[in-house]
Amino acid sequence: MNKILDRTQLSDDVYMMRLDAPYIARERLPGQFVILQLDNEFGERIPLTIADADPLEGSITIIFQAVGKTTHNLADKQVGESVQSVLGPLGQPTHIEKFGTVVCVGGGIGVAPLHPIVKGMKAAGNRIIVIVGARTKGLVIMEEQMRALADEFIICTDDGSLGRKALVTEPLKEVCGRIPKPDMVVAIGPPIMMKFCAEATRPFGVHTLVSLNTIMIDGTGMCGGCRVTVGGQTKFVCVDGPEFDGHQVDFDNMMQRLKAYRKHEDHAHKQCHLDAELRSKESITP
Amino acid sequence: MSHSSPEALAAQACQELDDLLKRTTPLTPKERIAITAQEMPTQDPAIRRRNVQEVALGYTPEQARLESLRCLQCRNAPCVQGCPVRIDIPGFLKAAADGDFQGASTIIRKNSLLPAVCGRVCPQETQCQEHCTVGKALKSVDKAVSIGRVERFVADLERETGGAVAPTIKPATGKKVAVIGTGPASITVAADVRREGHQVVMFEAFHKPGGVLVYGIPEFRLPKAIVQKEIDALTGMGVELKTNFVIGRTRKLKALIEEDGFDAVFIGTGAGLPKFMNIEGENLVGVFSANEYLTRANLMKAYDFDRSDTPISRPGRVAVLGGGNVAMDAARTAVRLGAEEVHIIYRRTEVEMPARIEELAHAKEEGVIFHLLENAKRLIGDKDGCVTALECLRYELGEPDASGRRRPVEVKGSEFIREIDAVIVAIGNDSNPLIPRTTDGLQTTKWGNIIVDETGKTSIDRVYAGGDIVLGAATVILAMGEGRRAAASINERLK
Repeated sequence: MNKILDRTQLSDDVYMMRLDAPYIARERLPGQFVILQLDNEFGERIPLTIADADPLEGSITIIFQAVGKTTHNLADKQVGESVQSVLGPLGQPTHIEKFGTVVCVGGGIGVAPLHPIVKGMKAAGNRIIVIVGARTKGLVIMEEQMRALADEFIICTDDGSLGRKALVTEPLKEVCGRIPKPDMVVAIGPPIMMKFCAEATRPFGVHTLVSLNTIMIDGTGMCGGCRVTVGGQTKFVCVDGPEFDGHQVDFDNMMQRLKAYRKHEDHAHKQCHLDAELRSKESITP
Repeated sequence: MSHSSPEALAAQACQELDDLLKRTTPLTPKERIAITAQEMPTQDPAIRRRNVQEVALGYTPEQARLESLRCLQCRNAPCVQGCPVRIDIPGFLKAAADGDFQGASTIIRKNSLLPAVCGRVCPQETQCQEHCTVGKALKSVDKAVSIGRVERFVADLERETGGAVAPTIKPATGKKVAVIGTGPASITVAADVRREGHQVVMFEAFHKPGGVLVYGIPEFRLPKAIVQKEIDALTGMGVELKTNFVIGRTRKLKALIEEDGFDAVFIGTGAGLPKFMNIEGENLVGVFSANEYLTRANLMKAYDFDRSDTPISRPGRVAVLGGGNVAMDAARTAVRLGAEEVHIIYRRTEVEMPARIEELAHAKEEGVIFHLLENAKRLIGDKDGCVTALECLRYELGEPDASGRRRPVEVKGSEFIREIDAVIVAIGNDSNPLIPRTTDGLQTTKWGNIIVDETGKTSIDRVYAGGDIVLGAATVILAMGEGRRAAASINERLK
């Protein structure tokens, strides 16, 4: 059981929670994730990146978007309540060293897992260029924290409601075209964004790291549900990843695999909203 | 094979036992051999295809006694030689034949910790029962004394009537042992080490203990309540259990010894890394490892469509690649999840199939379709990346290979298409790499199995290992045997 110490709503459906998890807080490194389960009997297991940790307090921070049944139910939980199971830290940590100039691209909620990597890269002495993108202003998260770490900060939205009206690939291409070109790119966000970031950097030959979030059950290499094709080889995101060379990842296959249970998820999601509606009706009925 | 009703089997056994008990002279070997071999009562195949309840219902007391009376009490006890943990088989069968079921259980428990589990999942036909004189006399291993079924009966009876007598635990030694994993090897180590008075902490990565007994073996073959009872027995002995704790990640193995004060560590993490065939299309949507499919169905309870949040594919035509027990489990699970057709595709013949005869027979009774001397060459998908067909090849048997089985040879140009909606790959498991990768100095074979000496000790002082992580994918009883050996070494080391 992991107690919820803090809960903040960051945007329409994005939440930040601090959970009591002393062991995970002590061991975790940037790039790693947890698997969380709300109900040990019938709940599903979902992977979530660790956004931050406080080893002294013994807590980890997760940031998630309420998109499915489990994330909706998690969002409904209040401070003082508990999450039944949290397993981690899982996955290989990010390889952090002084590369020179590192461009960190975060799309939407991808900014959350990117944050500890930016922190680590900065501490290792890299010059940091941060590109943050979102569909619209209301969906931008952690802008201030990212701005504080960046040597150069670029923000863009699809609709132009904040910063440049552009997709992140546009400033990314510009930065890669500079002389000297950056030494590395880290791109985290929706799969389609990571795919196009990798395509954007490929002509420039800049090494591009992406962090994949696939369907998982155990998170320890046992089920293989998370497998992706990287450089023609099958890799397990949970034990070989979650970070891979973006130029080698077969994103189309990965996106198809992510949709495997779409029908079931949509149904559960709808049910979730119906239940919530019903609950709010019941609570106003005297 | 027609299905005999449990009631009919029970009535026949009552009658036959009655007649035998009226006799005043002892039974001759010939008369024992003439006793009807007791069939295991099972759920009707047409009914069980639609439920997850246990298929084999277990003997009645009369059936258990009759079956035990078939034992010739051979002085050289060849059956015992076939048992990996050397249970005194004639001894317990004699007690059972006399109706002393508690006595029978006590004899089994001297060597085996999990009789209710082993009675169900041991491959007895290649172990104890393979060597049985009765089977030899009747020229069929199927006619051997059903040792496993009697074992199961006495273990179940004991559990249902208050459980085994809790073992005495020696006074606290102040020593602490970490057991990594909660499968059969680890359960054995935890019990044996705890009995010596050492403190034991078990670490489990999943949210529930039991390892392969809960995520892999389906409910219809091994009810989870039985596994839970075994775990309860351990915690009742004072063994501490930490779930959601993966050694190598949540805590490094060496930190357990160097910082957390553990005096010894046992690694029993099993063979948890599914093998794939490395053929085209294996990462299409609708292609699963057997581990994933079974974990969704068993541990995550996906069969409970209304209550479980974990989805599972419930398509029309399912193909299972492989011929072992896991392939049978996956196929039979697919039947229960409502698949229209379930096909097992295996490149050798039934004789070479590693699956237990009983599992094979049950699968057939439940309507699983077998395609032998056939194998998938590649998987074909549609525009959305969902699997729609297999391209298969026909095989024929050639010369025997290193394993002694005749090598399957592909028939050139025999490619054909088999349309399917889902594929389950059940061709085995490699060792899970998590602990070796995160533990410096832990030596493994090139296949990733942890190397141990004859005492179960690894290349690191105070660290022992056993079960599938050492053996490669094997059986519950072998894992238990390995656990016994490692526990004895740990107890010796901590003296």
